Amino acid sequence: MRILIIEDDNDTAAFLSKGLKESGFAVDRAATGPDGLHYATSETYDAMIVDRMLPGMDGLTIVQTLRAKGNATPVLILSALGQVDDRVRGLQAGGDDYLTKPYAFSELLARVQALLRRGSPGAAETSIKVGDLELDLLARTAKRAGKPIDLLPREFRLLEFLMRHAGQVVTRTMLLERVWDYHFDPQTNVIDVHVSRLRQKIDKGFAPAMLHTVRGAGYRLSPEPA
Amino acid sequence: MSAARLLRTTAFRQGAVYVALFGVAVVVLFAFLYWRTLSLIDSETDAAITSEITALNDQYQQQGLVGLIRIVTERAEAHADGGNLYLLTQPDLTRLAGNLERWPAEARQTPAGIVFDIVDEEGGALRARARTFVLEGNNRLLVGRDLRQRANLRNLIAETLAWGLAATIGFGLMGALLVGRNLLSRVDAINRTGQRIVRGEMQQRVALTGAGDEFDRLAENLNSMLDQIERLMTGMREVTDNIAHDLRGPLTRMKARLELALLGQQDPAQQRAAIDQAIAETDRLLSTFNALLAIAEAESGAVHQTMQSIDLVKLAEDVAELYEPALEERGLALETRLEPCPSVTGVRQLLFQALSNLLENAMKYTPEGGTVVIATQPDGAGAAISVADTGPGVPAELREKVLQRYVRLDAARSTPGSGLGLSLVAAVAKLHGARLALGDHNPGLVVTIAFPHGIKADVAAGPAAQPVAEPTPGKLAEAPAS
Repeated sequence: MRILIIEDDNDTAAFLSKGLKESGFAVDRAATGPDGLHYATSETYDAMIVDRMLPGMDGLTIVQTLRAKGNATPVLILSALGQVDDRVRGLQAGGDDYLTKPYAFSELLARVQALLRRGSPGAAETSIKVGDLELDLLARTAKRAGKPIDLLPREFRLLEFLMRHAGQVVTRTMLLERVWDYHFDPQTNVIDVHVSRLRQKIDKGFAPAMLHTVRGAGYRLSPEPA
Repeated sequence: MSAARLLRTTAFRQGAVYVALFGVAVVVLFAFLYWRTLSLIDSETDAAITSEITALNDQYQQQGLVGLIRIVTERAEAHADGGNLYLLTQPDLTRLAGNLERWPAEARQTPAGIVFDIVDEEGGALRARARTFVLEGNNRLLVGRDLRQRANLRNLIAETLAWGLAATIGFGLMGALLVGRNLLSRVDAINRTGQRIVRGEMQQRVALTGAGDEFDRLAENLNSMLDQIERLMTGMREVTDNIAHDLRGPLTRMKARLELALLGQQDPAQQRAAIDQAIAETDRLLSTFNALLAIAEAESGAVHQTMQSIDLVKLAEDVAELYEPALEERGLALETRLEPCPSVTGVRQLLFQALSNLLENAMKYTPEGGTVVIATQPDGAGAAISVADTGPGVPAELREKVLQRYVRLDAARSTPGSGLGLSLVAAVAKLHGARLALGDHNPGLVVTIAFPHGIKADVAAGPAAQPVAEPTPGKLAEAPAS
């Protein structure tokens, strides 16, 4: 998996590059807007991390240019601008995800992995299966080891999101954004309580436990133990 | 106010154009008057001459040449000082009677008679018009009028025209100058204020004249714009101050801790603990920072383009759904009383965050076994949403205070929190032009956000975030606050 980082701050870029390499990615770096656009158009990447404010060319312009050329590489926009309007503009420009600085590396990694998954095919699927856990997307029902599990609509969406990103770490803010469609920073453990309720339903009475808590990062759904 | 500037004012230039137009109109008016008057005089003169010739001819028929000579002589003497002209001659133009010396030699023929020049008493040239008539026996008769009166009239009209033009232009330009000076002084007042503000005197305002005219309205609008700018600047300064206040302390602590970890010959476990502590401190800092930015965002009113129509019932359901498990975990019951109400215009994310803050507050301060109620109801023509709890509530005299930043009542010191939650709610309410009210829930606190109907949220909507002591509309605030 190859990732392009377009970021003018050398320390940040080095930090990102090191972290992503340790997680098994091949990483290219560009420090200016024009360089970044040049790399992005001349090489093929699985995902790009683009800083919003760059010398030479604005990050959003890069994304718009790529999208106008039909380049659909998933893009994560990094920005110090975190207001509602800024997010909306970033996503309208063609960004697939938007992360506000400062961020935890675990959050960034989780989002990059989610982007890579999103790019893979699987549009017309009617069911998802992870281990012995099955989700029927048409009938909106869930089964584990053949036994039906009774889920509330929101729990179904939560489980669907976790299963679509099975094996990956998903963070609390990702869940709040994607499952609840709200973007803010809850001061309490609201998301954890939802996850632990879901865990009660899908893991209690079954083995092995599939919904793991990843300390300091978020959650991971996987048939393998943590 | 220099003359050159005055002459360059729009008012003066327009005034000058009007003066020119009026001048042309005056000239046209007088020309018409002159032409009509003269042609009237001419035709009257001609009629008088014709009837006089007819009368004289009759006399000639009755009394013969001698009688005519007498009559002509009488009439000529009666008009010796000019005016009427008479001349009776023999066929060879030898003068018989009359006050003209001789038959005019150079006469211009017109349809109504002849026009010729005579010499008046003072020796000046005078124009005359006359008709000639050949009597029986080829004697010739000339009856005419000199055009002294006509010339006088022409002079009179020309003189009046000159005076009229002078007055029009004079008064017009004077008026234009006065209007220009007046407008210039009003605009100058505004410009002066603007320049002083540019120089940094932010508290300067354009003075109103009290006339209630368009300049006063302009000044009012400019002033309210300036007020808004000053508010925003003050807000920004406050944010900066707050960031300094709130971030410098923890940053200093963190720095000290890290330096200590670096200095001492401690074992790796202790160093690791120091790093962990530093990271935890960073997280707290970031969350405070984010809260401050969210407040600044709401207060700046810069999110108007993301405003959309929002169903409060749906919003309440969402927030209830998100928080219900967390409340249950803390032994609190969640109740929703959602009456259908008109939708409001707002920023969904910010409203949700405000409601979340209210719920997190309720969660924090309500003892186990308590109840949290989320309610929506119509409020006049608008809609209101409220969150009530059965916690200790907030004493009436402190309600205004808790909306300020960093204010945490003594009872809350032991619980975690930045003290920014309600400030954000207040800022969001203000952004939406909504009224934020803290009331008594007997026991507990009820916080109501009441949205006006159809009014697009307006940052300049005035002080919305004021706690009111009277009961808030709706069933949650039946008891008046003490």
